[in-house]
Amino acid sequence: MFPAFTEDQLAIRDAARDFAVNEIEPGAMARDHAAEFPSDIIRQLGEMGFMGMTVPEAYGGAGVDYLSYILALEEIAKVDASVAVTMSVNNSVACAPILVFGTEAQKQKYLKPLASGEVLGGFMLTEPDAGSDAAALKCRATKVEGGWQLNGAKAWITNGGVGRYFVTMAVTHPELGKKGISAFVLDAERPGVHMAKPEEKMGLRSSKTVMVTLEDAFVADDDLLGGPGDGLKVALHGLDGGRIGIAAQAVGIAQRALNESIAYARTRHSFGKPIGEHQAIQTYLAEMEARVQASRLLVYKAAIMRNEGQPCTLEAATAKLFATESAVWVCDRAVQIFGGYGYSREYVVERLYRDVRVTTIYEGTSEIQRIVVARSLLK
Amino acid sequence: MKILVALKQVPDTETKVKVAADGKSLDPADVKWITSTYDEYALEEALRLKESKGAEVTVVSLGGDSVKDVLRNALALGADAAVLLKSDASDPLAVATALAAYAKDKGFDLIFAGNKGMGGDNASVGPMLAELLGIAQANVVVKFEVTDAGFRAEREIEGGTEVVEGALPAVITAQKGLNEPRYASLKGIMAAKKKTIEEVEATAPAGATAVIALVLPAARPEGRKLDGDAAAQAAALLNALKDEAKVF
Ligand SMILES: Cc1cc2nc3c(=O)[nH]c(=O)nc-3n(C[C@H](O)[C@H](O)[C@H](O)COP(=O)(O)OP(=O)(O)OC[C@H]3O[C@@H](n4cnc5c(N)ncnc54)[C@H](O)[C@@H]3O)c2cc1C
Repeated sequence: MFPAFTEDQLAIRDAARDFAVNEIEPGAMARDHAAEFPSDIIRQLGEMGFMGMTVPEAYGGAGVDYLSYILALEEIAKVDASVAVTMSVNNSVACAPILVFGTEAQKQKYLKPLASGEVLGGFMLTEPDAGSDAAALKCRATKVEGGWQLNGAKAWITNGGVGRYFVTMAVTHPELGKKGISAFVLDAERPGVHMAKPEEKMGLRSSKTVMVTLEDAFVADDDLLGGPGDGLKVALHGLDGGRIGIAAQAVGIAQRALNESIAYARTRHSFGKPIGEHQAIQTYLAEMEARVQASRLLVYKAAIMRNEGQPCTLEAATAKLFATESAVWVCDRAVQIFGGYGYSREYVVERLYRDVRVTTIYEGTSEIQRIVVARSLLK
Repeated sequence: MKILVALKQVPDTETKVKVAADGKSLDPADVKWITSTYDEYALEEALRLKESKGAEVTVVSLGGDSVKDVLRNALALGADAAVLLKSDASDPLAVATALAAYAKDKGFDLIFAGNKGMGGDNASVGPMLAELLGIAQANVVVKFEVTDAGFRAEREIEGGTEVVEGALPAVITAQKGLNEPRYASLKGIMAAKKKTIEEVEATAPAGATAVIALVLPAARPEGRKLDGDAAAQAAALLNALKDEAKVF
């Protein structure tokens, strides 16, 4: 059967499920309502090794394979997508780029605390006027004695205000266009890094996303990640992995919506029988199952390819496109199956419907995924 | 310091219990097996001592191959060594005798166990083990520390707390509240897979007691709906409490 999981992968998935069900699930609804960041849970996940899963033990991580990471994310997304995104950002776009592009000193200084969960990290690419078109970013890095000074604004920064080290893209050589963008590791505790108050989001309400203003924020020469001009390369490498992570998050949310729907279809009665005996509801459930299964296989395939070090830009984009669009549809049907109760904040499908919506937007919108896919088909 | 922790595998409390065809044992189909919760407190206390004072923690369990899951989990949590005492004994005295035979002369300073096994609720193995080994014991412990002279334990007793001091070696049985057990780290889980579980044929005598029947509690009668307005419902409830339930 594809994929055949190893014993280790199953043990890690079970450990994630166990912790998710016993520790994350119980407070998820209350945290969503209060927009409360799950600090304790994130700390515990860090202690257990879930914040730097694929980072080798020597750098503070758990040293497990990429598919194990994806399986864990899916389990956690089933119970709380806010926790899942916090974890995904730290693993995929904070730890991974430092692991791949970082110097030994950067790994000791930044990767170790990030991967061991001692501090939380993030990724600063998007700006108020540069989202999908990342190359249009304007944040400027000017050379000063011993390093660089960053000036500009970053938008939609997950883990802003709660995280410390951020992989940050800025223009070092404006005359070189796209090739003039470089990546740095920015310490948010430095003077000149201003985190605004968290955005009022539709969903993922207990995760934190903020606007950041950089005013002469200093990064040392040693904080340059990769070479000068490697900024977009660093960012896109992180996003390839990040996309598989977000796709896994979507699969987790969708599976939960399906599980809730099946249970409800059994117990809710109308016209003298459980609604699950009405053919219309059955076709919804069947279609939901088909899309979740298909999504999961795409996600696992991309994860396995990434784990083997194969190029997987096409597969990651396909998985993200299909899994997130499907998950949005699945959650929409779940609300429909729940009827009026699906519109109530007392039922989990209402939260799933809000939480899932962003998955077709962040780490590359569906429109951008289609461009990526088509480009590799036509090249 | 050398610490032994005795662990028991029990059915998950969420299992829907079914009686097997023999009328005296549990139908193992659909049963999810877990470590008895009180044993988790026992293990956690040992691991905390290991971290604070330095200790070598060995976990032991009686049973068949399935019990390896419990031992493997304990290794993942941080135990140093695991021993499977192969036996199908379930009578408390037989189990305690087998544990005592294993523990004897191995130089354990402390032996932790749950104050009772979840489900069976005999609360016997710990005390019996201490007696068989001829060492001190404190049971139903909610607070524990190792002192210069030995140990100090707070035990839950009816309506209060009793403080007990004693010399090592000792058997300590854990109660809910002693600590908050940890989750295994991924590193621990991976490392545990590489450790071997020692298997020993247990020397358990025939049981002193035997289960002769296992019976589920009678099904609860269905609820009854009281009709009428509030006053009529209150009157009906009053009658039911007085005449049927004989509450007063
Ligand atoms: C909750 C949340 C968390 C986030 N976290 C982070 C983070 O941690 N770090 C970070 O850097 N960013 C983060 N983002 C930003 C996110 O990645 C961007 O919002 C996303 O890339 C889209 O950019 P935009 O919002 O500027 O939309 P725009 O780029 O303005 O797009 C608007 C619309 O136009 C479409 N569009 C744009 N260009 C094209 C095209 N060429 N062809 C067809 N359609 C097109 C888009 O698909 C979209 O539908 C986060 C966003 C959210 C909502």
